[in-house]
Amino acid sequence: MNDIPQATPDTQEVVLAARNVAKSYGSVHALKGVNFDIHRGQVTTLFGENGAGKSTLMKVLSGVIQPTTGKILLDGQPVSFTSSSHAQSLGISIIHQELSLAPNMTVRDNIFLGREIRTPTGIDYAEEERLTRLLMEELEEDIDPLTPVEELRLGQQQIVEIARALSVKSRILIMDEPTSALSATEVEVLFKVIRDLTSRGVSIVYISHHLEEALTITDHAVVLRDGNMTAYAPRSEIDLEWIVRNMVGENFDLGSPPSGYEFGAPALSIQDLTVMDEAGAGFAVVDNLSLDIKAGEIVCIYGLMGAGRTELMETVAGRMGQAAGEVRLHGHEVSHLTIAQRIESGLCLVPEDRQRDGLVQTMSVGQNLSLASIRKFTRGIFTSRKDENQLIEDSIRDVTVKTDGGDAAIGSLSGGNQQKVVIGKMLATHPTVIMLDEPSRGIDIGAKAEVFRLLAERARDGLAVLYSTSEVSECLSIAHRIIVMHKGHISAEFGPDATKEQIMAASGESVAA
Amino acid sequence: MSALSSSSKTSRSGLFGEGFDLGRLLLEGRAFFALIAIIVIFSILSPFYFSVSNFLTMSSHVAIFGFLAIGMLLVILNGGIDLSVGSTLGLCGVVAGWLMQGVTIEAAGVILYPPVWAVVLLTLVLGAIVGAVNGVLIAYFKVPAFVATLGVMYVARGVALLMTNGLTFNNLAGKPELGNTGFDWLGFNRIANVPIGVIILAVLAISVGLMLSRSSFGRWLYASGGNARAAELSGVPVKRVQIAVYMMSGVCAAIAGLVLSSQLTSAGPTAGTTYELTAIAAVVIGGAALTGGRGTIRGTMLGAFVIGFLSDGLVIIGVSAYWQTVFTGAVIVLAVLLNSIQYKAKPKKS
Repeated sequence: MNDIPQATPDTQEVVLAARNVAKSYGSVHALKGVNFDIHRGQVTTLFGENGAGKSTLMKVLSGVIQPTTGKILLDGQPVSFTSSSHAQSLGISIIHQELSLAPNMTVRDNIFLGREIRTPTGIDYAEEERLTRLLMEELEEDIDPLTPVEELRLGQQQIVEIARALSVKSRILIMDEPTSALSATEVEVLFKVIRDLTSRGVSIVYISHHLEEALTITDHAVVLRDGNMTAYAPRSEIDLEWIVRNMVGENFDLGSPPSGYEFGAPALSIQDLTVMDEAGAGFAVVDNLSLDIKAGEIVCIYGLMGAGRTELMETVAGRMGQAAGEVRLHGHEVSHLTIAQRIESGLCLVPEDRQRDGLVQTMSVGQNLSLASIRKFTRGIFTSRKDENQLIEDSIRDVTVKTDGGDAAIGSLSGGNQQKVVIGKMLATHPTVIMLDEPSRGIDIGAKAEVFRLLAERARDGLAVLYSTSEVSECLSIAHRIIVMHKGHISAEFGPDATKEQIMAASGESVAA
Repeated sequence: MSALSSSSKTSRSGLFGEGFDLGRLLLEGRAFFALIAIIVIFSILSPFYFSVSNFLTMSSHVAIFGFLAIGMLLVILNGGIDLSVGSTLGLCGVVAGWLMQGVTIEAAGVILYPPVWAVVLLTLVLGAIVGAVNGVLIAYFKVPAFVATLGVMYVARGVALLMTNGLTFNNLAGKPELGNTGFDWLGFNRIANVPIGVIILAVLAISVGLMLSRSSFGRWLYASGGNARAAELSGVPVKRVQIAVYMMSGVCAAIAGLVLSSQLTSAGPTAGTTYELTAIAAVVIGGAALTGGRGTIRGTMLGAFVIGFLSDGLVIIGVSAYWQTVFTGAVIVLAVLLNSIQYKAKPKKS
């Protein structure tokens, strides 16, 4: 069996194929003549950094956009999709990376949105509800079909998105980053569903930044770099190192804890902090938690979705109120301060969801970078353009944002560079303690390594760093200390020499054998 | 990866916005070209249209909507809406008129005639208070802006009607022996032949333009309108900004109320009815997004002039008032259409 695409694909083996597909946006060539095969009843995983063209290729294959040149073969016959609903009618559906749910509507209504089951008297809600329950059972998720989507965790919303794609019963299912917000158990269930689908002859295209995870499910691997296909191989012939090498073109690791210096005095100390849940259900999302971080130290919080990591960080940053306990910054109590005052005194947060909480989409790259430090370049009542531009240029250089300059639109940057802007914005305030909630979510491995290298450098200069992650391999990169959170408590604490199995066990995850 | 930080495109010199180059002017300056077109067309249709004195007269009409539109722009940049400005205009005019008539204090048995500067000051404070009520309802009690300002719109109009019993204050001239003359200065006097109202509008527009483009408050406003959650986490006092913009909108409405009642030499309780909609139209024609975060004072001023010069032009060439309504509506729909094309055309990379 050969994985390299043939000029005329074997129709027994290949269900959908792209031949010499190119897509240009003006002078930007997102895809440069790509050949891609989707294997019948198997999982084909597409690897590549942000901006490599993965999402563009998937949009071409699902009819969302039309290729500039090249052709698409469905069962060996050339097809031209006029729209995504045309592609869907031919059995191709896609789970987009960005959630596309109506938050005010219930799970049931979202799943059947636009495809409502009709009876002569209206919509058959009972039947829709029954089918939704079946889907939720299949995905082993305890979500009531009548819950409004906005009341669900991000991970549960992603499950709903997946359930919606499953309900269509297509023969080709494209999954663009379906697991970015899922816990390890939820991922396991999803993989079980994928295996079940492939055994029924459904072909899956899978895209994930989580390489190890993707390797456990895939049958074929295809690597995309800068709009070109760089490598193809069946699962049996590849390993993690092969993927990373082909993705970035060189060896990459996420670094090691910076060493060769002494930690300073405790910068942030959290004493018996208790936070109640925001909805008012009366349970503690952070329960009597105590934690000290010294200047220069990098601490990683590992935990599943819902372990209380986000709530802990948002409370310390001043977004959420605390029920009990103390938060001290260099020995001074900060619990009564506003977010602005905490930033002023050197404590800041890089939020988890950069689109929702990190960036102002209507402002330029430069204005986003300078947003948290406006006071630093305000002279009297007016801001100084010169000082602001200086600050923006310094930030762009410091965090190595790849952009045309401070005036560029924030939407023109790739995910990794947008994340660097959020981090750069906070670093420009000259913090002494920085908290980063899932700083690597949805960014590629090259950008991840750069973010971690940046944090390690700053720690060496005395910055106290607290970051959270749900990827074990990221715990074992630059952190001096690894805290495992489980249901609002610290369930274990490890040094940098811990093993993945130890960490996962302490988080309450079942470790796959 | 390499760090690219070009700073070649830093030719920012616009007083009213960010940057001032011709290419962007053509795209974003459609309100400007619309204004030119209106002036050219009406100049051809009527020999009376194209003259300095007519422009100044029309400008003093525009001034009223201009004040409201400036306040409305601030609110819309914040992602809100202020339906109460027309009523606030009416209420402020009535209160100014009431103060000019003399305030009888029964207990002391005297009638107070506050000097004009005090009347103006008290009226502006009243506008700020009405705005503060809007702001607090929206920022702290989480009432949707549309509903909160709708309620305040009714209350303010009702209070104005109660104060006058539905009648109009006609005698705003004051008496020399009481030392409260000069209220008509706002509406009738001219400096270098330019009506005072137009001068106040220019000064207000320039100050607000500077505030938006150069002060930290302006940046806070754009940020909290673009994404309030991100702004809050970046240390922007989002709630205070929100209350401040509604207060400023109230003050703008009070200025409009003072100038209008001075122009008319009377203060009626129904003055300014539906003016809030004209103000919103001016802001929208000026290219601001109702979702917040996008818009400039330059555009809003052009929008106000487009509406004002269009409707006055239609009056001059003798088109029926019903057709004026149709034309104004068409211009608004066209403007919104172009707005959505412009914001859709923004490059968006996945």
